[in-house]
Amino acid sequence: MAFLEAIFAPIGRSTLMLLAAIGRIAVFTADTLSHLVRPPFYLREFGQQIMAIGYFSLPVVGLTALFTGGALALQIYAGGARFNAESVVPSIVAIGMVRELGPVLGGLMVAGRVAASVAAELGTMKVTEQIDALVTLSTNPMKYLTVPRVLAATLTMPILAGIGDVIGILGGYLVGTSRLGFNSAAYISNTLDFLEPWDVVSGLVKAAVFGFIVALMGCYHGMNSGRGAQGVGKATTNAVVSASVLILAANFILTEAFFTQ
Amino acid sequence: MSKMIEFQDVHKAFGANKVLRGVSLSVDKGTSTVIIGGSGTGKSVMIKTVLGLLKPDSGTILVDGADATAGDRDAFLARFGMLFQGGALFDSLTVWQNVAFRLLRGALKRPRDEARAIAIEKLRRVGLRSEVADQFPAELSGGMQKRVGLARAIAADPEIIFFDEPTTGLDPIMSGVINELIREIVTEMGATAMTITHDMSSVRAIADNVAMLHDGKIRWTGPVGEMDTSGDPYLHQFINARADGPIEAVR
Repeated sequence: MAFLEAIFAPIGRSTLMLLAAIGRIAVFTADTLSHLVRPPFYLREFGQQIMAIGYFSLPVVGLTALFTGGALALQIYAGGARFNAESVVPSIVAIGMVRELGPVLGGLMVAGRVAASVAAELGTMKVTEQIDALVTLSTNPMKYLTVPRVLAATLTMPILAGIGDVIGILGGYLVGTSRLGFNSAAYISNTLDFLEPWDVVSGLVKAAVFGFIVALMGCYHGMNSGRGAQGVGKATTNAVVSASVLILAANFILTEAFFTQ
Repeated sequence: MSKMIEFQDVHKAFGANKVLRGVSLSVDKGTSTVIIGGSGTGKSVMIKTVLGLLKPDSGTILVDGADATAGDRDAFLARFGMLFQGGALFDSLTVWQNVAFRLLRGALKRPRDEARAIAIEKLRRVGLRSEVADQFPAELSGGMQKRVGLARAIAADPEIIFFDEPTTGLDPIMSGVINELIREIVTEMGATAMTITHDMSSVRAIADNVAMLHDGKIRWTGPVGEMDTSGDPYLHQFINARADGPIEAVR
């Protein structure tokens, strides 16, 4: 009996812990959504978060897209050469960037940058009683801290992804014209001819969902941070890991929903 | 005198750790009560249950005769000011924005100039010059941060003020200054004050009444003048800082 217990007890315990965590995150999400539509709204904080989350993520998203687009062009060229299909490079780079790599890699980079900083900031606020202080000053932390961050990330992430798409295609173009012998005008017309509006829109919708996930995970783990420096460190790690995993899972689900007939 | 805050058999546990085991205490309007007790005996928990930051497992807390958990939260919290142990100043905001936090948003919102003027006035009241107003909390010393926290606590002229270990981490002179400020401000505002501390110099400077929390209950309560002659061995050990006595030194 003891032998069986030693095997099954840890499995049961971790399953229960996982279910409890899913439940808490679901409640937190519902709470966030309900505060999203109820006043008061903190516009100043929202504006600050647009800058902190959106604007200051531009360099990291732009660089990621640039190198990814370039590498993608090289790979597709090498792969396409095996069956004389080198000419597909421009259109595949464009489709690959806008449908998949722009939003996903952009989302993952923003997860690293934003989920970490939000979790560390809110975690430190929790540990130093600043969140309690907010409550005593008649300010709801969900409205004052979570809503501006979640809203800013959800709205700016599609813009970031859109800019990333353009820069990624530019990366492919630069590699294509300088290293792979493509004609500049032909590359551009090839890119545009095969790209459909839904390719772009589906990518931007994905990006909005990823932005929501990133800020939500940052806020959730920050607000539920343990005590001390160690607690904040753990909250930060958990925020980045959970945001990244949820982005990849959500990406699969959304792709399945958007593109399978 | 009417009662401002009343704890009635309040219980609160964190998992298996029963922190409050039936706390009953009443604080009269306009008086200053100091709660003493060892570290980890639940003094902060008491204050947090009044403010609704923690929910008691059982028992009732009345504020001005009404149940603290019922009614409009914003109106309820607007009656309180609190000085946190570490100051809990918002480090993304300047000093004056911290002090005027309540005046810049929500029900008590007023024009920015006016809020700033009130903030500077409150800063002056706690002995800080107006130059500090535009600095960030991280640029200030510990004593100055405590003063800013104090200014924030009194910014909206609350009826009830809580002080969580107001002198912790300060040198004896600065402790004296803060104690004196608290005493003066509470008296001139006519506010009801509840302070938690284990600094005996604070107790003697601030308190009208003293309550000692031990083992999750109020062990002794009475006017500060009767503290030394109470005959209670627990209180005696605590206020005289004895290592031997009924309170175990290893907790």
